[in-house]
Amino acid sequence: MSLTDYAVVAEGLRKRFRGTTALDGFDLAVRAGTVHGLLGRNGAGKTTAVRVLTTLLRSDGGRAEVAGYDVGRQADRVRARIGLVGQHTAVDEALSGRQNLTMFGRLYHLGARAAARRADELLERFGLADTGRKAVKDYSGGMRRRLDLAAGLIVAPPVLFLDEPTTGLDPHSRNEVWAAVRSLVADGTTTVLLTTQYLEEADQLAHGISVIDSGRVIAEGDPERLKAALGGDRLDVVVRDVADLPATAAVVGRALGARPETHEDTRRVSVPVRPPADRVAALAEAARALRDEGVVAEDIALRRPTLDEVFLHLTAAPGDRVDAEASR
Amino acid sequence: MTPTTPAPALPRGPLDRMRWAVADGWTVTRRDLTHWARRPGAVIAGSVLFPIMIVLMFGYLFGGAMRTPGDGRYLEFLMPGMFAMTMVFGIGATLVSVSTDAARGVTDRFRSMPMAPSAVVVGRAAADMLNSALALAAMIACGLAVGWRARGGLGDALLAVGLLLLLRFAFVWVGVYLGLTFHRNPEAVTAVRTLEFPIGFLANAFVSPATMPGWLGAIAEWNPLSATISATRRLFGNPGWGGDSWIVHHALPMAVAWPLLIVAIFFPLSVRSFRRLRR
Repeated sequence: MSLTDYAVVAEGLRKRFRGTTALDGFDLAVRAGTVHGLLGRNGAGKTTAVRVLTTLLRSDGGRAEVAGYDVGRQADRVRARIGLVGQHTAVDEALSGRQNLTMFGRLYHLGARAAARRADELLERFGLADTGRKAVKDYSGGMRRRLDLAAGLIVAPPVLFLDEPTTGLDPHSRNEVWAAVRSLVADGTTTVLLTTQYLEEADQLAHGISVIDSGRVIAEGDPERLKAALGGDRLDVVVRDVADLPATAAVVGRALGARPETHEDTRRVSVPVRPPADRVAALAEAARALRDEGVVAEDIALRRPTLDEVFLHLTAAPGDRVDAEASR
Repeated sequence: MTPTTPAPALPRGPLDRMRWAVADGWTVTRRDLTHWARRPGAVIAGSVLFPIMIVLMFGYLFGGAMRTPGDGRYLEFLMPGMFAMTMVFGIGATLVSVSTDAARGVTDRFRSMPMAPSAVVVGRAAADMLNSALALAAMIACGLAVGWRARGGLGDALLAVGLLLLLRFAFVWVGVYLGLTFHRNPEAVTAVRTLEFPIGFLANAFVSPATMPGWLGAIAEWNPLSATISATRRLFGNPGWGGDSWIVHHALPMAVAWPLLIVAIFFPLSVRSFRRLRR
C-alpha cells in the first residue's frame, strides 16, 4: 500500500435511486489524520456518500478510494481499514455491551481472548466499564452512541466514518460523543469523516468542512474560512416587546455596520458579525449602543449561523455552482 | 492504559476464505444462542410456550368435537400437524430477525466489516435451525406428556423429524428473502406473519381436506405443509386422512421434493436480495 496524503478521495461520484439523484458528481478529498465534516441538510446526500465510501452501496459512476483502496474493486481491503458508526445504534439490543464488542471483535477475526480484552479496553475508554454487562436495551441514548463508537473502533481503523453521530441526542450526551471523538483523533493516526446537520458540530470537531447540497459539494474549506465565506457568526438580540424590534434593529445595525434581520416570532434581531471583526468587541459595541440609546434587551448572544442561514447565503450568492433543480 | 490496537486478519487464499466463512457464520449463530442465555423467558415464550398452548387448545378444547380418522384419539392425529405448524411459524421468526437487523443497521455494520458476507445469512439460518430444533423437541416432549406416541420404529421417527427440519430449512430461506426485501416496510412484515395462519390452517393439519369445498381441498392437499404432515403421520404411525389423489399417495417423496423446490427458489432469491442491498 502506498502512503498517500489523502485517506478519503472521491471523484465525481454519482448515485441514483428510483427517480431521485442522491449523488450528482460528488468530490471529496480528506487529508490523512484530520477530521472532516460533511455538512448538509436532510436528503442532501450525506448518508449516500458515506454508504458508498464504506462499500455498502455501489455508485453508478465516478470513483472513490479509502485508505488507498478502491471502494468498488477492493471492498475487502477497504472494510479491513474502516470503522462505521451509522445513524442508528447498530448493535444487538438483547446482548450486553461487552458481548456486542466481543462479537464484533471475533468478526474482525481477533482470537477469543484478544476480542474480550479489546472489548474491556474499549468499554473502559468510553466510560462503559460499569455497565458493560447490562443489556444494551437498558442503555441511555448517549451510552448507546458511545458503545456504537466503540464498536467502530475495534481494530483502531485508519479511517472512521461517523454518520450524524449526535442527531437525536440531548446536549449532555452530545458533549459525551464530542469528547469521545476528540480523544480518538488526538494522536493524529485516525482520519474521521463526519456527517452532520449542525455547523456548530462541524466547527467544534472538524479541521475541514465540505458543504453538500443536492448530491454535490457546494463549498469547502477550513471552518474559519468557511464561516467567513458564509457571512460569519451572528449576533442575536432578543427584546421583550415586538414593538421594540425596529428601534433595536436600527441601533444594532448601525453599531456593527451590517444589515440586521428581524424575526417577529422570536422577538429577535440578528446581525452578521463579519470577520475579521472581533466577535467579542462587536458584542460589547452592540451592548453599549443599546444602553446609550436606551433600548432594553432581554438577551444578547453570539452564535454560529444555522444551516438554513448557511444555505440561504450559499444559494443566494451569484455565480455559485448550485443547481437548485437537481434531485428536488 | 495502552490500547493494543489489534489488526484484522484477512483471508489468504480460498481455503482460508472458507475457514473464515465458517468461523464468522458460527460467531453470528452464537450471537443468537447468547439470547437464550440472556433472555430465556423470551425464547421459551416464543419458541416453546406458544406451540404447546396450541396443542393443549386443540387437543382438549376442540379435540372432543373433532372427527378423527379411524378410532384414534384426536391428539394422536393432531401432533404431526402441530409439529409442521411450528415449522411454519418459523417463517415469521426468521423474517422478523432478518428485517430487524437490516432496519437497525446491524446488517450494514456486518457488511462494512471484513467478515465473510455469507456469514450474515448463514449464521442466521443456523441459529434459526437450532431454535426450531429446540421448539420441536419441546413439542415432542409435550406430545409425549399428553399421551401422543410415535408408533413406528425409532428410525422412522427420526426420519419424520428430519422431514420436519427439512421443511423448516426451506422456510428459513423464505424468511430471509422476505426479511431482506421488506425490511423498510414493517406493514409487510406484519402481513406475512398474519398469512402464516391461513398457510398453516389451509392444510390437512386439523381437518380433512375432503370436508372442504373441492377447490379448497385441492389447495390444502397440495400445500407443501400437507405433504410433510401426511408423511410424518405415516412415519410416526399416527392416523391420517387418507384420500385418493396423487399427492396423497406420494406424500413421502413430496415431503422431500417440496422443501427442495422451495430452497431452489428462495435461496437464490435471498442471495440476490442480499446483493441488492448494495444497489
